[in-house]
Amino acid sequence: MAHTHEHDHDHSELSETQLRVRALETVLTEKGYVDPAALDLLIETYEKKVGPRNGAAVVAKAWADPDYRARLFKDATSAIGELGYAGRQGEHIVALENTPKRHNMVVCTLCSCYPWPVLGLPPVWYKSAPYRSRAVSDPRGVLKDFGVTLPPDTEIRVWDSTSEIRYLVIPMRPAGTEGWSEDKLAELVTRDSMIGTGLPKSPKDLK
Amino acid sequence: MNGAQDMGGMHGFGPVEPEPNEPVFHAEWEKRAFALTLAMGMPGGWNMDASRFARENRNPAEYLAMSYYQIWFAALETMLKERELVSDDEIVAGHALHPAKPVKRTLTPDDVEKVLHRGRPTERETNTQATFKPGDQVRAKNINPLTHTRLPRYVRGHLGTIERVIGCHVFPDSNASGNENPQWLYTVRFSGSELWGPDGDPTTAVSVDAWEPYLEPA
Repeated sequence: MAHTHEHDHDHSELSETQLRVRALETVLTEKGYVDPAALDLLIETYEKKVGPRNGAAVVAKAWADPDYRARLFKDATSAIGELGYAGRQGEHIVALENTPKRHNMVVCTLCSCYPWPVLGLPPVWYKSAPYRSRAVSDPRGVLKDFGVTLPPDTEIRVWDSTSEIRYLVIPMRPAGTEGWSEDKLAELVTRDSMIGTGLPKSPKDLK
Repeated sequence: MNGAQDMGGMHGFGPVEPEPNEPVFHAEWEKRAFALTLAMGMPGGWNMDASRFARENRNPAEYLAMSYYQIWFAALETMLKERELVSDDEIVAGHALHPAKPVKRTLTPDDVEKVLHRGRPTERETNTQATFKPGDQVRAKNINPLTHTRLPRYVRGHLGTIERVIGCHVFPDSNASGNENPQWLYTVRFSGSELWGPDGDPTTAVSVDAWEPYLEPA
């Protein structure tokens, strides 16, 4: 699958797709199958409301609250639901604990499965052929593409999302954050650190 | 099916290139294609696995040349035409030319939040027992169906270990054609060396979620 963005496509092809999508929306609306106002709401939900800040709140709470952390690793769907995040593409969530011995990384080699309620819609690279092909055979090489190098004795564990289980990586809490509030901790949590292709920011990155 | 969607372990696609400050959508039509796909699930009556099959069931050269939302949109057109909800002449005309087929439900603006929040859980009650338990050695079967499957090629024939019994979930291979046929689902771990031989990194491991019909005792 071409991981190039639409602006890399030639202009006529782009116009053709645009026109075709518009034509289909008109047909489906005229037939009463879709309501354009519902389409607008769907788009607004994933453009404005649901995104990686949700996941960052989960991670920050897991760092700050040991009881929540225990509930999260026991039943992530329910613990994440406590914060109000649930539903489509997050019906069954499992939280993965990064430790000094094990680093977790999530991929969907067969399509683009991704935990929408906590991370939003996946970035283009996550759906692209380079990531889907190499994440399982060369995870350290993929991490290098993201500028991440882990100790050679850290096990890299890759989770291929082949079922409806969605995986959320809980990165290690950065040093020097003792006593921080959940809100402040959440600022350290990047989207990629919850996929496993990145690490959280360090306190000095916030200054 | 052994299509271009099954990419695990392929070479030659080059490095992963993250886009800094990437927007959620890259064009207006991507937004509409995304929303149309979600909204039509209800009147269309298809499930996730049927959608996945409609996306992957195309010439590999074509699949690889298309962008992600182009694949989604092409699959949407396919499913609409298969169910005779839309015809080619209407897509060309850009207008409805034939009477609408009755559908059970459509997605109203009032329903959007509720429907998204509810999602579509795939775990099902069962009175059967799981055959495998954590720690069991299993082999992923060497299956090559022409139809939908979620057992990637790179694990077929390989030895793995059951790490977790997830529960009884809708079976994609049959669900793609509308039959849920729930089966026990497991997380199965494979070592990098088992999957990739001497070219693999022994400090890495990969797991897939595999339904019981994909596995045999080893």
